Amino acid sequence: MIRRYWWLAGLAVAVVVVVMLAPLASSDPDGLERVAIDAGFAEQGTDASFQILPDYSVPFLGEGPLSLVAAGLIGVVLVFAAVWLLGRLLAHRSRPTD
Amino acid sequence: MQLAIVVPGPLEPAPVLGLHAPDGFLSVPVAAAMWVVAIIVIAISVRRASRTFDERAVPLMGVTAAFIFAAQMINFPVLGGTSGHLLGAVLAAVLLGPWAGTLVMASVIAVQALLFQDGGLLAMGANIVNMGLVGTIGGYAIYRAVARALGGEERSRLPAAAVAAWSAVMLGAAATSLELAVSGTTTLAVVLPAMLGTHTLIGIGEALITVGALALIGSARPDLLRLRDSGPLAATNEHPTLEPSES
Repeated sequence: MIRRYWWLAGLAVAVVVVVMLAPLASSDPDGLERVAIDAGFAEQGTDASFQILPDYSVPFLGEGPLSLVAAGLIGVVLVFAAVWLLGRLLAHRSRPTD
Repeated sequence: MQLAIVVPGPLEPAPVLGLHAPDGFLSVPVAAAMWVVAIIVIAISVRRASRTFDERAVPLMGVTAAFIFAAQMINFPVLGGTSGHLLGAVLAAVLLGPWAGTLVMASVIAVQALLFQDGGLLAMGANIVNMGLVGTIGGYAIYRAVARALGGEERSRLPAAAVAAWSAVMLGAAATSLELAVSGTTTLAVVLPAMLGTHTLIGIGEALITVGALALIGSARPDLLRLRDSGPLAATNEHPTLEPSES
């Protein structure tokens, strides 16, 4: 069981990171943003013309830790599912045709 | 009306995370050129990764992608009111090899742009190159070289990963600087020292998290560290392996 379903533990690590750490993440400008501000080109950045879960928030939950964690968990599950599917397709492609 | 959709004000600066470039920083020709580079490398990665890929590596791909996505949400503070977060490309390549690692990074960056508006759509090619390919291809080459110089991967996995992770962040910052300069957004003389300066510290965070994740996997499931070389992914990674001789 454990050897087969170890990936659940791996997924749990990602969930714990989102739930425990995302609300504590620094909101300071990051490396590129800091340079963009200092060098004076920050205002050239444009927002996306569409919004789904903008800036890791769920629109109807407003802004705040709950919205952030909910958006993060949606992302973890979606990324996991998408890449798992991608992996299955790769595995399928590599199977000898017989 | 509480369910109002948030419409950004016209003068509101676009939020940027990590090396994620929003649209507008890069000129259209530069962004398009980076898309071409990204698509070519992704196509090569699909071919190489699918050549001998089998089911055993699928869960590791999924978990690696989920962890990198989660960790990229965690901006840690560095000096001077600046923050940074994990990129994870070297971690992905060490676990999965450069080809499957490239596909994991491209997937994470695509989901961030499409769903979370983190990084622009036009800039997505550049983001995939700067935060993904630079690490999964360039960073992984550094990892192999350092591991070889230190007496082999089994003995020196963690120091080699630390050097490669830091280097990948610096190379990604340099690539971003070059793209910004060629775009005419700023000059290389301004942007390169600034980007390398902030990312010197962010790269140390990258190295610590990469080493921590590999150490955790090494203590809990060391067999996963050998999955890249021992079976499904082996033939996709260009170095000798101990395959049973069956011909």
